[in-house]
Amino acid sequence: MLDHILTILIFFPALAAMFGFVVSKGSIRAYGVTVALIEFVLSLWLWYAYDPMVSGMQFMESAPLIKAFGINYLLGVDGISLFIIILSTFFTLIGIGSLTETRRIKDLIITLLFLEMTMVGVFAALDAIIFYVFWELSLVPMLYIIGAWGGPLRIYASVKFFLYTFTGSLIMLVGMLFMAYFYFQATGTWSFSILEWYRLILPENFQMWLFIAFFFGFAIKVPMFPFHTWLPYAHGQAPTIGSVILAAILLKMGTYAFVRFSLPLFPDASVLFMFPIAAIAIIMIIYTAMVAYAQEDVKQVVAYSSISHMGVIILGTFALNVEGVSGSVFLMLAHGVVSGALFLLVGVIYDRRHTKLMSEFGGLASVMPRYATIFGIMMMASVGLPLTINFVGEFLSLLGFYKQSHMVTLTAGTAIIVGAIYMLSAYKKAFFGPVTNEENKNLKDVNKTELFGLIPLVIVAIWLGVYPKPVLEPINNSVESLIQLMHDKAQSPEAKERIPNLADANGIISMQEAH
Amino acid sequence: MLEPINVSLASLNLATLAPMLIAVIGALAILVIDMVKGGLHKSLYVMISLLFLLLDFGALIDFGGVFLKNGTVLGFFDVMLMDGIAIISQLIIVGASMLFIPLALTSKRFHEYNYPEYFALFLFMIAGFQFMVATDNLILIFVGLETASLALYTLIALHNRSKSFEAAVKYFTMGALAAGFFAFGSMILYAISGSVEINQIATVLAEDHYSNIGYVLAAVAFMIAAFGFKLSMVPFHTWTPDVYEGSSAALAGYMSIVPKIAGFVVAMRLFEFLVHSGVVWLQVILYIGVVVTMTAANIWALVQSDVKRMLAYSSISHAGFVMAAILIGTTQSNTGLFLYWTLFSVTNLGAFTMLWVNRQKNLLPGQSSDHPYEKFSGMIKTMPMGAVMMGLFMLSLAGIPPFGLFWGKLYMIGSAVSGGYTVLALVMALNSAIAGYYYLKLIVFMFMKEPMVGYDKFYFMNASTALKTIIGIAVIGTIFSVFAVNPLLEVITVFVYNSGY
Repeated sequence: MLDHILTILIFFPALAAMFGFVVSKGSIRAYGVTVALIEFVLSLWLWYAYDPMVSGMQFMESAPLIKAFGINYLLGVDGISLFIIILSTFFTLIGIGSLTETRRIKDLIITLLFLEMTMVGVFAALDAIIFYVFWELSLVPMLYIIGAWGGPLRIYASVKFFLYTFTGSLIMLVGMLFMAYFYFQATGTWSFSILEWYRLILPENFQMWLFIAFFFGFAIKVPMFPFHTWLPYAHGQAPTIGSVILAAILLKMGTYAFVRFSLPLFPDASVLFMFPIAAIAIIMIIYTAMVAYAQEDVKQVVAYSSISHMGVIILGTFALNVEGVSGSVFLMLAHGVVSGALFLLVGVIYDRRHTKLMSEFGGLASVMPRYATIFGIMMMASVGLPLTINFVGEFLSLLGFYKQSHMVTLTAGTAIIVGAIYMLSAYKKAFFGPVTNEENKNLKDVNKTELFGLIPLVIVAIWLGVYPKPVLEPINNSVESLIQLMHDKAQSPEAKERIPNLADANGIISMQEAH
Repeated sequence: MLEPINVSLASLNLATLAPMLIAVIGALAILVIDMVKGGLHKSLYVMISLLFLLLDFGALIDFGGVFLKNGTVLGFFDVMLMDGIAIISQLIIVGASMLFIPLALTSKRFHEYNYPEYFALFLFMIAGFQFMVATDNLILIFVGLETASLALYTLIALHNRSKSFEAAVKYFTMGALAAGFFAFGSMILYAISGSVEINQIATVLAEDHYSNIGYVLAAVAFMIAAFGFKLSMVPFHTWTPDVYEGSSAALAGYMSIVPKIAGFVVAMRLFEFLVHSGVVWLQVILYIGVVVTMTAANIWALVQSDVKRMLAYSSISHAGFVMAAILIGTTQSNTGLFLYWTLFSVTNLGAFTMLWVNRQKNLLPGQSSDHPYEKFSGMIKTMPMGAVMMGLFMLSLAGIPPFGLFWGKLYMIGSAVSGGYTVLALVMALNSAIAGYYYLKLIVFMFMKEPMVGYDKFYFMNASTALKTIIGIAVIGTIFSVFAVNPLLEVITVFVYNSGY
């Protein structure tokens, strides 16, 4: 069974969703939780069976799909994708478990299970077209979730979300076809396998154009400034569950794809674009932090802070060394946990008051002490307090980039500290002071359903903040071989210098040789 | 004293006529049955048509086997040409017709199906299309084209509404103009080469190194206009939305598939040798035509308020997308054309059938057309399965993987990339993004809006087991197309490559 565990992980939720059509409306929640739990346990089993010492792909599966065009059903996980898959199954479980939505709940749960299939599929795919299939397919359930259960502007928000990402990915698709064509020219056979592509060394100007083509697809998904405008709308209108999944998992597809595609395929172009992208990342961090400060809606604050932290992930990725990339992969997980939790928390108060305006709140700490505590912990994690999960990732990302440029890193570091201001001020406005609004006096504290989602997240946020090694080590191993591959492939002297050579120091073999 | 003309029957190779003759005999059989005993139910005629189409299909598969073994088969004084693309395109024509003809089995009565002539004309039309693709003789192409078109005009008019008459007359007028252009173009080509066979013309032109380039260009201009009308390329597309709107949804879906594949094959035969001979002017015109057709049709589709008109514009855009194959002119792109059209047939037939089952006899007060977007509003609540299926077809048309058309798009854009047309590849990709909007619009109406009172009683009012079966076939074909792509690609590549395209 372990030979096909990835296929099972991908298609089990989809199959369960099909069966879900039969389950009656009243029992669908229990059904959804059960399915998500089984899926989560399966993904934990994947982690258990995963050998952290091996840096290459594990649990690989391969079957020809369209032989004539070199498209194969090719799956595999390494340290980079393993934990994002677990994060996806974890959040689907939490999302369904703590669901407070009551309108057409059956449709919602079936949609979520389909979404889970696409999420796991994206991170397990090693064939560019399979990756693209799941990448695009993930838009459809999210479109439906935002469009059917969202706020008043939901249709505008969902269509904008869909069209923005769709356009970007089509440009990426042309890039993929070019990659396959270059591979065809070099070897005489078509192939869309990423692992095969890793062997291809392209001239620098080809790398540059392809990097740009892929960049459109990924940057819109992340979303990077100036392509971020769809995200606040999507978050603002989406129901809680939509925001949680969007922030925790879907955005990670973009940053994950940078690590999986852009860096190893185009090492020279990555070095060439390192500073322009770092500049964009810093603009993301500072600009969105300022925008977040100006928001009156607490959900928008969380949304913009989420974009802001995505900037740090990008910065870490483009440090192009082991610390930076490992840190950014870890930060993807951390960001998922923390921003997912924050959106859940915003959902809790929205369910009670049906407003998200901060001016409506104040003094909630005395009315809802448990809620205030959890919110406080998560907010501290979000601003990167040491011993919380975000700190590890942010520290490593910045450390990585510090090796490339001191000035950029210092700016980014300062910006993150400034970023703490808006979170703290938002927290102050909502939770401290006297209770001024009559309606807030009798609010109920978090209930069991909500705790079901929040408690595990708090545990993870602190556990991985204190002891990140079980997660960080496999990530580190895989990232080392990735960096080595990049170093070996790099052609320009600058790239050779910027991307460290690990083979001399500690005998790391590159990702390709590992197979 | 003249020698008596002596032609051995064997040299005629009459078997090459078999597929078309099956269709013609089927049509005559229907007429005979009606003469012997009138007033029979339409289901009889549907099944008889289906049987003859099956025979036709079988004959074509047989020809496929012969082609793989012995190569191209010529017949009837070398007028008939059964090469790979002729066989593949006839398979698509007959296959799509077989899926179309059961759509006559609606649960409501419609005027046209009371006439057995409808089915006879339908089979004559198929024979016409088959003649058109299975020859490279310009005269036979013309005959086939006119046979098919005249039958089609009548089929449209038989729908018996004022809009249908308008559509038929409009189509007839435009078609006559196109026929005129075609005749002029053929005449010029005959004048400079002394032949009406495309491969002869190509040889003669190549031998004198295109010294008559001025005449060639004039002929090409006429031909482009003629096929522009038939394939609804912008700016010759103006008839399309009106004709689609006027004809029944089933026939509109049929028109978006079958006449066009026949047109593509002839365009492929005629234009590709010219493109390959470096007639730059033609390349430029085709390039502009392809890009403008794709883009402009997409933009017009954005502003339509009726689903059928939207699908009409979308099918113009798809035709432009596929025309790119003729411009690129590699084996890969020509294979892509047939792959795309096969997948498109399945999905588009499904989409139009969904309109057909929701067809109402009379319009509601205030309803402007048969299928306004509002009609489908909130369908997920009143008719969930129907909404999911329609949504599926829309996603497929938009090119969302892993549904049908995505693989066609992938292969077509891939052929543009490997043919060296980078900008064209990007334009094709971005056009899919524009198209995403109007397909999404219907999904938004179906899934995210509240139902409108009054329309829900029309949902599936026209459905019968036969129609549901067709929709089911289309759904399965759309979802699981990924498994069909590899066998299709392999077969089509062999056929296209061995025909020299």
